Amino acid sequence: MNSEPNPIDTYPHWWRLLFGRFTLESLPLHEPIVVVTFLAVAVGGLAVLGLVTRYKLWGVLWRDWFTSVDHKKIGIMYMVLGLVMLLRGFADAVLMRSQQAIAHGGSDGFLPPHHYDQIFTAHGVIMIFFVAMPLVTGLMNYVVPLQIGARDVAFPFLNNFSFWMTTGGVVLTMMSLFIGEFAATGWLAYPPLSNIAYSPSTGVDYYIWALQIAGIGTTLSGVNLIATIVKMRAPGMSMMKMPVFTWTSLCTNILIVASFPVLGAVLALLTLDRYVGTNFFTNDLGGNPMMYVNLIWIWGHPEVYILVLPAFGIFSEVTSTFSGKRLFGYASMVYATVVITILSYLVWLHHFFTMGSGASVNSFFGITTMIISIPTGAKIFNWLFTMYRGRIRFDLPMMWTVAFMLTFVVGGMTGVLLAVPPADFVLHNSLFLVAHFHNVIIGGVLFGLFAGIYYWWPKAFGFRLDPFWGKVSFWCWVVGFWVAFTPLYILGLMGVTRRMSSFAGHEYQPLFVIAAFGAALVACGIGAMIVQFAVSILRREQLRDLSGDPWGGRTLEWATSSPPPDYNFAFTPMVHDGDAWWDMKSRGYQRPLDGYKAIHMPKNTGAGVIISAIATVFGIAMVWYVWWLAALAFVGAIAATIIHTFNYDRDYYIPADEVARTEAERTRTLALVKA
Amino acid sequence: MAQSHTAAADDGELHFYVADEHGHAEGGTMLGFWLYLMSDCLIFAILFATYGVLGRNYAAGPSGADLFDLKLVAVNTSMLLFSSITYGFAMLEMEKGDQRMTQRWLAITGAFGLCFIGLELYEFAHLIHEGATPQRSAFLSSFFTLVGTHGVHVTFGLIWLVTLMVQVHQRGLIPANRRRLMCLSMFWHFLDVIWIGVFTFVYLMGSLK
Amino acid sequence: MSARAPVSDNVHVEVVHDHHEAGHGSRREYITGFVLSVILTAIPFWLVMAEVFTDSRVTSLVIMAFAVAQIVVHMIYFLHMNARSEGGWTMMALIFTVVLVVIALSGSLWVMYHLNTNMMPMSPGDMRNMP
Repeated sequence: MNSEPNPIDTYPHWWRLLFGRFTLESLPLHEPIVVVTFLAVAVGGLAVLGLVTRYKLWGVLWRDWFTSVDHKKIGIMYMVLGLVMLLRGFADAVLMRSQQAIAHGGSDGFLPPHHYDQIFTAHGVIMIFFVAMPLVTGLMNYVVPLQIGARDVAFPFLNNFSFWMTTGGVVLTMMSLFIGEFAATGWLAYPPLSNIAYSPSTGVDYYIWALQIAGIGTTLSGVNLIATIVKMRAPGMSMMKMPVFTWTSLCTNILIVASFPVLGAVLALLTLDRYVGTNFFTNDLGGNPMMYVNLIWIWGHPEVYILVLPAFGIFSEVTSTFSGKRLFGYASMVYATVVITILSYLVWLHHFFTMGSGASVNSFFGITTMIISIPTGAKIFNWLFTMYRGRIRFDLPMMWTVAFMLTFVVGGMTGVLLAVPPADFVLHNSLFLVAHFHNVIIGGVLFGLFAGIYYWWPKAFGFRLDPFWGKVSFWCWVVGFWVAFTPLYILGLMGVTRRMSSFAGHEYQPLFVIAAFGAALVACGIGAMIVQFAVSILRREQLRDLSGDPWGGRTLEWATSSPPPDYNFAFTPMVHDGDAWWDMKSRGYQRPLDGYKAIHMPKNTGAGVIISAIATVFGIAMVWYVWWLAALAFVGAIAATIIHTFNYDRDYYIPADEVARTEAERTRTLALVKA
Repeated sequence: MAQSHTAAADDGELHFYVADEHGHAEGGTMLGFWLYLMSDCLIFAILFATYGVLGRNYAAGPSGADLFDLKLVAVNTSMLLFSSITYGFAMLEMEKGDQRMTQRWLAITGAFGLCFIGLELYEFAHLIHEGATPQRSAFLSSFFTLVGTHGVHVTFGLIWLVTLMVQVHQRGLIPANRRRLMCLSMFWHFLDVIWIGVFTFVYLMGSLK
Repeated sequence: MSARAPVSDNVHVEVVHDHHEAGHGSRREYITGFVLSVILTAIPFWLVMAEVFTDSRVTSLVIMAFAVAQIVVHMIYFLHMNARSEGGWTMMALIFTVVLVVIALSGSLWVMYHLNTNMMPMSPGDMRNMP
């Protein structure tokens, strides 16, 4: 692309004033794959819009969902966002696996290199920022307030705003598929490649603004959840009586608040390099591209733990619930989590051992990296000892947990291998590395998220997920994962580097074909999961759970109905034990049947949607150099924020008789369960 | 709040719920805002780190010793310091519930803030006029970005200050407005703390031969 | 304290609670802080402008010490930091942040210094005149 003449030069001046550098050539009409995708998305999107209009759902969507400040609804919206983006990210994965299975021995495959570069970049960006992050944030949002006996998060409006900022980032990323192009630089956009001299097109700008806008949302949601956990725990719930998932959420959010600003700052510096012509990461005039690598990994390594700590929390909840036992070594679990939180800031250089900082620096970071495996290993033993002599029920969440333990241990061990700097000199930038981080992110984070989805789905919707399709999906996923990534480990050891769009000979092809077959199995797993959701929704009456506590839960979220009422708990629970709900059940707790009071709740607001939408427009305008619109949107976003602060009417009371009515209904259904 | 209730109630019986209604928000605003400031602090940490690493890469261009006018910086620092104490006085008046005096001190704070921004803009314009632009060298890139980011924060602080003055004017010193004024107070003093780092690390140490 | 302000119904006691925890300084505290800050600002400016020490490294260390002292003064007298407010959480957050700031700053300097030494062996004088 770089060598072609710039089509913008043929456009008149007024066009450039009005549309910046957008031209009709920016539409990728010459790429059949993109055009077909666009048509499919457009038809699908129009169908969805049509259905929403047909069934007059716009009002409901706007009132009850988009503008909702209810942490449960926002949590569900995050989950939907993450799962939809999983499909997009996985589509990229399938493209890569099939390209690499074909393009051997002179064949170029079906993807031109420039397009292939965009695909692996988009795959990484989407999977981390717009799949893993929304799913993690969504689960935390949904579960944490329930687990600590709170009515909502500390800043409900901010929560809604954060969600929409994340969505804004998604919109920018998805837009890049059809208008202009996405970054072709790899998911961290290292300069000098990502600088304006080598990536003059819109790709890196889409990347920057998508992450910047989503990053604001993520940081704010981190602040929000920390304040929630610190300030809003039910009376009696001391720090060491918090559920483990709440503990890991706390640590994750601490990591978010302490690391996302770093990402924002680094991207801002890159932005200045690209837009203003500063020399932070250029090769000229004293700039140093390696500084970018250094800084972005100060964010990047904690990010890994941001994703995996909540997964560890989920596994802890699931293991103790499905083993029917208190979690083994609660205190050691908490300390291990806290130690990981701090250590995660001391290892970032292991992502660039080969950069040339020398033996002393490399040894320090190699050793700290290896030390991190100690608390992680302690966790694995805690789960094993929880299962030991437990009455284990192998429901789906537990199956995912066992699959995680087997898979993640291998990923962890290859990680320790890579932590040895000399070994890393051989293995860095190879498919071995790719296999390693997929091993920990899929085997750790994604399996954990699936366990969490299966575990808390009945809480969110009042019915379980169909186990048959769940098991189909489970086996396809787990087997598919190993079939897809074992060949990559082997190829990496053979010296195959990552991000290659074609290979000269045929010697690697068989292993790549096996890997592609694995990806196909994973595709079956995803398909089975979608079927499972559909089947479960259709058969929801048979799968209905009226008790609110289908798994014999131990923590407070199972104390209320499924789905919980808007106010979560009619009376704020009082906690006497770490496994609060288990304690209540075993001591013969009786649900109160009267004495309800009016409940103070936050009011819905459209401000979050509006400000985020303006911020997204700002991002788009910046990508396309439409300066007038960017200035307008910037001022508009600030003005909208200020206007929002003039709204002092932010809360209301749910009247006592409405609470009484809701609770009477709950009493009736509970009686049905007993009968 | 967790500490405010004992596990067992007075009558010796275990209670599993609170019979009184608990308010939704338990006053997390101050903590939340403090956490935001900590995250902001890390943004500045990164900018300081960048300045620390790239700040001597003059690329055969001017250095800090060539460019910085320490007298101007001293005046600028005093502006910020004065604005800190006047904001403190505004908070004291707010404590007493004196709306008129609160507004007066806020206005004085804003005036000092404006002077600070004005002087900084003057300095930047002067540097750019002399050819010491942000594009000239990595040193100047990191200098303009670090100092400029602080300036942008002060500017937003001023916008916020004006907004709050309007809101106090409209509704008086109601609890919501007091809370907001306290948040801005933290923000304002926090920026002062950052400025200590800036004038020491950038201006003073940059002026050393 | 909130009695004379027109309190609307929906913004209620919770805020009072807030207020109580965050804590304010007294006039004397603010003035003490201000005087100390002025002194702690003036001395480093004087040290540099009057070139009191011949060795610039000594000056750097001394003015950095003054900066740290002044930051502590601001924290105590203007931001009213103490170990009690918000149940110790603000202090905890601050300590954690300071640790991370130190890690990020010193780590970056250390990493990049070694990188430059290994990959760009040249004297500072060369660096200064490097294009």
